[in-house]
Amino acid sequence: MYNFDYHRPNSVDDAVRARGGSEDATFLAGGMTLLPTMKQRLASPSDIVDLSAIQDMTGVCEDDGRLAIGAMTTHASVASDPLVNQKIPALAKLAGGIGDPQVRNRGTLGGSIANADPSADYPAAVLGLGATVKTNKREISGDDFFVDMFETALEEGELILSVNFPVPDKAAYAKFPNPASRYAMVGVFVAQVGGETRVAVTGAAPSAFRVSEMEAALSNSFSADALRGINIPADGMNSDLHGSAEYRAHLVNVMARRAVESLS
Amino acid sequence: MLTVSMTVNGKEVTKTVDPRTLLVTFLREHLNLTGTHVGCDTSQCGACVVHVNGQSAKACTMLAAQVEGADVTTIEGVAKNGDLHPMQAAFKEHHGLQCGYCTPGMVMSALDLLKHNPDPSDEEVRHWLEGNICRCTGYQNIVKAIQSAAQEMRS
Amino acid sequence: MPDTGIGASVKRKEDYRFLTGKGHYTDDINKAGQVYACFLRSPVAHAKVTSINAEEARKADGVVAVFTGQDMADDGVGSLPCGWVVTDRHGDPHKAPPHYPLVRDKVRYVGDQVAMVIAESLSQAREAADMIEVDYEELDPVIDMKSAENAELIHEEAPGNLCFDWELGDKSAVDEAFSKADRVAQLDLVNNRLIPNAMEPRAAIGEYDSGTDSYTVYSTSQNPHLLRLILCAFVLNLPETKVRVVAPDVGGGFGSKIFAYAEETACTWAARKVGRPVKWTAERAESFLTDAHGRDHITHVELALDAGGKFLGLKVDTKANLGAYLSSFSTCVPTYLYATLLAGQYTTPAIHCNVKGMFTNTAPVDAYRGAGRPEATYVVERIVEVAARELDMDPAELRRKNFIQPDQFPYQTPVALNYDTGDYEPTLDKALQMIDYTSFSQRRAESERNGKLRGIGFSAYIEACGLAPSAVVGSLGAGVGLWESAQVRFNATGTVSVFTGSHSHGQGHETTFSQLVADKLGIPYENVEIVHGDTGQIPMGMGTYGSRSLAVGGSAISKACDKVIEKGRKIAAHLMEASPEDVEFKDGHFTVSGTDKSKAMAEIAFTAYVPHNYPEGVEPGLDETAFYDPLNFTYPAGVHIAEVEIDPDTGMTEIKDWVAVDDFGRILNPMIVEGQVHGGIAQGVGQALYENCVYDSDSGQLITGSYMDYCMPRADNFPTFRVGMTTSECTHNPLGVKGCGEAGAIAAPAALMNAITDALDQEIDMPASPEKVWRIAQAKIKQAAE
Repeated sequence: MYNFDYHRPNSVDDAVRARGGSEDATFLAGGMTLLPTMKQRLASPSDIVDLSAIQDMTGVCEDDGRLAIGAMTTHASVASDPLVNQKIPALAKLAGGIGDPQVRNRGTLGGSIANADPSADYPAAVLGLGATVKTNKREISGDDFFVDMFETALEEGELILSVNFPVPDKAAYAKFPNPASRYAMVGVFVAQVGGETRVAVTGAAPSAFRVSEMEAALSNSFSADALRGINIPADGMNSDLHGSAEYRAHLVNVMARRAVESLS
Repeated sequence: MLTVSMTVNGKEVTKTVDPRTLLVTFLREHLNLTGTHVGCDTSQCGACVVHVNGQSAKACTMLAAQVEGADVTTIEGVAKNGDLHPMQAAFKEHHGLQCGYCTPGMVMSALDLLKHNPDPSDEEVRHWLEGNICRCTGYQNIVKAIQSAAQEMRS
Repeated sequence: MPDTGIGASVKRKEDYRFLTGKGHYTDDINKAGQVYACFLRSPVAHAKVTSINAEEARKADGVVAVFTGQDMADDGVGSLPCGWVVTDRHGDPHKAPPHYPLVRDKVRYVGDQVAMVIAESLSQAREAADMIEVDYEELDPVIDMKSAENAELIHEEAPGNLCFDWELGDKSAVDEAFSKADRVAQLDLVNNRLIPNAMEPRAAIGEYDSGTDSYTVYSTSQNPHLLRLILCAFVLNLPETKVRVVAPDVGGGFGSKIFAYAEETACTWAARKVGRPVKWTAERAESFLTDAHGRDHITHVELALDAGGKFLGLKVDTKANLGAYLSSFSTCVPTYLYATLLAGQYTTPAIHCNVKGMFTNTAPVDAYRGAGRPEATYVVERIVEVAARELDMDPAELRRKNFIQPDQFPYQTPVALNYDTGDYEPTLDKALQMIDYTSFSQRRAESERNGKLRGIGFSAYIEACGLAPSAVVGSLGAGVGLWESAQVRFNATGTVSVFTGSHSHGQGHETTFSQLVADKLGIPYENVEIVHGDTGQIPMGMGTYGSRSLAVGGSAISKACDKVIEKGRKIAAHLMEASPEDVEFKDGHFTVSGTDKSKAMAEIAFTAYVPHNYPEGVEPGLDETAFYDPLNFTYPAGVHIAEVEIDPDTGMTEIKDWVAVDDFGRILNPMIVEGQVHGGIAQGVGQALYENCVYDSDSGQLITGSYMDYCMPRADNFPTFRVGMTTSECTHNPLGVKGCGEAGAIAAPAALMNAITDALDQEIDMPASPEKVWRIAQAKIKQAAE
């Protein structure tokens, strides 16, 4: 690991200021991706701005019928949070299935979505529930947040403060993990929320995406059978030694059906 | 350089370190607590699991600086007065270790599991150990040991 | 039986230190004034190195030295040798190109050592390594074994990239058998390449004492004496008296830590150059790149049968990947440890095997848990299964029909080995009963009702452990003897220190060897201390691999104990005023036959060191050394049965049940033996379902270079294995033991793949990854629908 200057501000303002001090500075949330990347010397930030001392970035609260989850809330906290389990159990389950227990104890919601790993779980929920990402500058609709592989709508130095998840009528998440890394090779989040049906997929493509054909089919009939025969084109899907594009495309259908089945 | 203070196995320590010093390096090289091991560089093997403020964490994927002010327990802090903790005793009783390299991480992870779930099923134990790789045992006796410790600790 | 005696599941002595974080692994050791080494590794698979410019690196902060292959050449440093000369079918020795610890002219795989940087801190060493400028003139990498013969030359010494073209068996007898066959089953197989992944990465510290002109090397080695021998006799040209190798606690080996590697060699050499201890610890990424890999065969096999299913002949053609250089025992693994096992448990009268050993631009390949024997079992047990299906015979019954019968032992196979003992049918029967074979069809029907495919697979394996005797292996090309040493030293107050040439890196020798010695000498188990892993303390030994520790090392200990008893008998006879012939030794006491005169072993030991009243002509002290060279291999055998269920929607294979029934001969500690079986099966399952080393076929880059892509089995990948035992004791070693360390890894892949192919009704290569299985399952469903 290359050396850097370490900052541990107590407020969002101080954090943003510290981050702005150098163009090679970076925020450190849980560090579950950043630190391994730095250890392998694939990243060499000049400054690390550790967000862990900022009090008001963690926790879950109900806000106008939605759940606001602080960006620094760990996956383990989301998984075990009573409010999340009561209002959006699918989100608790998703968080409880990220990485391993030690990753869940350190990794955070904000860190995960800011990193926008194509095989991370959270993007499926952000997109699948139509969440809103709240930053120090603005609110970004979940539909606009994920741009491409490791690329989000966040601007340079913009800091995610929380994510607001609408409470769905029903929602479920099913994933097929990569056997080696245990990241999602395909993860599908299905939800009926705010009068619409959403199907969001992570792992399969460079960035999380929605499947309108499945959404339409489920709007007509919210059943696994309604999804049979909806073939996702393999074009544009990720392909690696663990799964070809064709296999991933197939798994999108299987996981979508399993998510829906889990609700019946 | 940074000055970092924390409590490790009940003792307060303060050291001046490079900002890039990982917690595992801090423990092994600055405190000579070599029971916490390094088995990979991608945060997957779990040989380095310790407790930070009572939660299991991978010491290879934390900066010592991030642990400022925290309470850290390593494998060296588990046995009391030379007596094995019931979890350690169960690993011995059920042959839950062979080469011993993954063992400290396994024990620390298993202790955290029982905090959350004092009566896990075999499946829950196996699932919890997703972040701990053992190459020797085939995990069977590790699961057995954890179940036995769980029973002992419940009674 | 005392609860620490032979046959008792004694809890391990070594566990306390491991469980409390007090183990001492190599990386836990720090020496005053030590500096840190980092190796600049080749980023390309095959290239001429035209220049290395390290000027800037040498000037960098904290840098103590930068060394290249030229520096080593200037110092007369030699090549890392391959310790087994294989004579090919034309009578020529295998091609043995040099393997220098730091490259001199070419890089031959991604990860090859180009330069060594030594600095005050590891970070400084790494950062300086980045400053070294190397010009590579790239050559076409040779990655695929199949096309290697016509590809770019990796070594001038090896035309066609062929290391050897070797054969075993009577080809004309096999041809004749095939000409009479009613049926021939055939199969093409891939035995996938594996990366060993002991959890402790390799590490080394080299230390030089200018006062005595001597070296101490701490190394993660399975056999410290062999490392010393290679360092002294081949690479650094040093007298053995000046080099001490210590292999302290070692965190797993599985074969990968048998070999002498470039890094420990370089650290030893550099310690003198820089005058300070030099420490190196592999990052996991380096382990992936440079630990000797395992397996990597492609094979065509044919089995000739008569109409009744009797095996008539077996023909095997294999290409074995040796990687870019010959690792220490790489040549014997796909030859003498492979083809000799092709008889399996069967009476196949004629067998012929041809093996071509190929160089490729990949990491060296050498012994990995089982070493040749898993590959052989995989070939035999897969083709037997294919034959059973083609003949529409029950696979268990086909095996039974061809088993070597108890009255045929000792049994001479057509592939050189002479099995001393075995009893295969009871083992099969026990396994069938444990898995409830008769109701398998009901379980299969139940799975089908749930939309799943169920399969059952067998593996009736045999292995050969404790490679020996030395004269025989020598005649086959081994550069070493394969005996073992033991020294059993009574201390004056009755405790016993045992110095063994075997090395424990998870096997629990401190426990089982203590059980053995306590039993032999009739003393408390707690009074025995096992010392291993230090050439400065123990007699020359051969280390631990090939499931040899108990059969060979344990037998040496047993012999040394016998010598102690014999000497003790003389002392006891003197003290009891009897003739030694009248003195019996039992349960730790010497007694005069027919009297109540008795002396405890501890008292005799004390007398030996305080010899005030002592027999004439007997030396003081009670400290005996023995060397044991076995008369033959040992032949553990068994039957594993796997039952799987496949989800055709995802291709996921779930292991529903696993039964292992093994005959390991006499068992000292069942708890430890079962643990070895579990671990072996896990590695075998890993090979069959999860693990696969993949190089990019164009660039030669290692694609599976971390746990993100190399799938290491986790706890939730396994069912609870059910283990049973049968016993036929080894006839030629004093303990009747056979060895158990590798059995699981040998048996498991075939059992699992036979179960999967049974479920899919189609052949498939390892690893049976979800996508591969899914494709076949989908095709099968489609076919059924049509």
